[in-house]
Amino acid sequence: MKNVTKTFRVAKRSAGFSKAVKALFQKEYTDIHALQDVTFTIKDGEMVGYIGPNGAGKSSTIKILSGVLTPDSGSCLVNGRIPWKDRVAHVKEIGVVFGQRSQLWWDVPVADSFELLRDIYKIDPEQYRKTLARLTELLDLGEIVRTPARQLSLGQRMRCEIAASLLHNPKILFLDEPTIGLDAVSKIAVRDFIKTLNREEKTTVILTTHDMQDIEALTERVLLIGKGRVLLDGTLAELKKRHGTYKILTVDYTGNAFAVPPAADLIENLPGHAVLSVNTVVLSVSQAVSAISSTVEVKDISVTGESIEETVLSLYKEFDI
Amino acid sequence: MKLYLQYFSMLVRCQMQYKFSFWMMVVGHFFMSFSLFFSIFFLFSRFGEVDGFTFPEILLCFAVVSMAFSSAECFARGFDVFPRLIKSGDLDRILLRPRSVIFQVLCSNIEFSRLGRFLQALLILIYAVLTSGFAWSFDKIIALFLMLTGGFVTFSALFILYAAFSFFTIDGLEFMNIFTDGAKEFGRYPFSVYGEGILKFLTFGIPLALFQYYPLLYLTGRSDRIGLIFLPLIGFLFLIPCYAFFRFGLRRYQSVGS
Repeated sequence: MKNVTKTFRVAKRSAGFSKAVKALFQKEYTDIHALQDVTFTIKDGEMVGYIGPNGAGKSSTIKILSGVLTPDSGSCLVNGRIPWKDRVAHVKEIGVVFGQRSQLWWDVPVADSFELLRDIYKIDPEQYRKTLARLTELLDLGEIVRTPARQLSLGQRMRCEIAASLLHNPKILFLDEPTIGLDAVSKIAVRDFIKTLNREEKTTVILTTHDMQDIEALTERVLLIGKGRVLLDGTLAELKKRHGTYKILTVDYTGNAFAVPPAADLIENLPGHAVLSVNTVVLSVSQAVSAISSTVEVKDISVTGESIEETVLSLYKEFDI
Repeated sequence: MKLYLQYFSMLVRCQMQYKFSFWMMVVGHFFMSFSLFFSIFFLFSRFGEVDGFTFPEILLCFAVVSMAFSSAECFARGFDVFPRLIKSGDLDRILLRPRSVIFQVLCSNIEFSRLGRFLQALLILIYAVLTSGFAWSFDKIIALFLMLTGGFVTFSALFILYAAFSFFTIDGLEFMNIFTDGAKEFGRYPFSVYGEGILKFLTFGIPLALFQYYPLLYLTGRSDRIGLIFLPLIGFLFLIPCYAFFRFGLRRYQSVGS
């Protein structure tokens, strides 16, 4: 994907009835730069997390990569094809799951939907039987496929959605918020499955999510996008490192004088209780602890790292997105 | 074609989930179009003829338009509800499947409840044919057949045009209904009754008169130019600009947020 730009023209108006009437005659348009100069390469068999706040351009990227949208400028090559030009050949090799939309026929048992998909994708019956058996086993679909889609729970439906996107053995799987609204058990089931798929079938997986645990559990590489631009492209560890390695020390103590070690910031200071942020590049945790315990009598001390959520949050802040 | 039948059976199964509603719709549409029939009937019981056309002739015209429209509606219903496909984001899904977009839109929605209207049009057509008193020679049967297929294609093309507009407006455009639902309504009478200007527009602009008025002239013996019966075929040509416009809209497609 190279220098891809997509601009949407969006009619804008203030709320209120009179404004709505006015807008009927005179529309104000704003150009929304959904994507500006987005460039990246993803290798075969890679698993990439694509993160960014709402409206950053994640879904637009997925839609361009999957051939649904045509970008205004720039080029994009997936498996040697331009997705929007060679749509039919392209979509045969990709699977797409939109977490918030269903691709199953609402009123019939899931198995019926699968069979129609088999015919749409012209899957060889023998191949289809094998794939379905494997997916049924891995995703524990057994009884579920005989139930109409509308009667499934969200977790069950998501498993079926994923299976439906994989019936034709795609080389690339796009997952747009696959764990949205799922309970803990279903989330873990979905994650485990994606991991297995990537490991055993060497399927390239591109995942957008707001759930940083998805990212932590699944992906090596992370792309951070904001306001239509790629801001960061690296491994999760790099992303963490870039933001510095701060640890939070919470200390309960007796005694009054509290000497703050250099390279540590006092976040909270009450009599007998203090919270410090320590930059571990300068001062290791054990050094900090010994420095503190040399000045006061420590009753209790706890060390916590910054969670990935917090890291990403501070990244969003850093880039002002 | 096989796939179309599979889609078809899928949609039947879906609609059969709501059996009662389905039959109510069929019966409702059947009777609804009878009200149109009665309006013509009462008009004629007062005036005897309209613009020189007799009651069976008008009925024939009405039946042809109604049948062409209802079959197009049954079949191309997907384009009729196309704005809904865009709004719900289902078009994204269609674009993600390795089949032609037009084909999938056709498959996405087949309106069986319109069968009621179709059935009713068929009854009236049979009645009109029997009471018309024409000599049903071979060329006239061909004419009738071409009128029906030409009408079906023209209406389908209009549905596609309607769908293409919704790429730009997201919502449907009501003015397009003048040419679809509207045409069905005022197509009850030969288009010449609306005056020269309208007839010209419906000949060269939106070619509705090509399958209705001109072949009817031949059918009723008002003209003996046999060429008139082939005019409905031009409706097929009308498909081309409609389809091109649809493709153009598709390239400009913006999708909806997710």
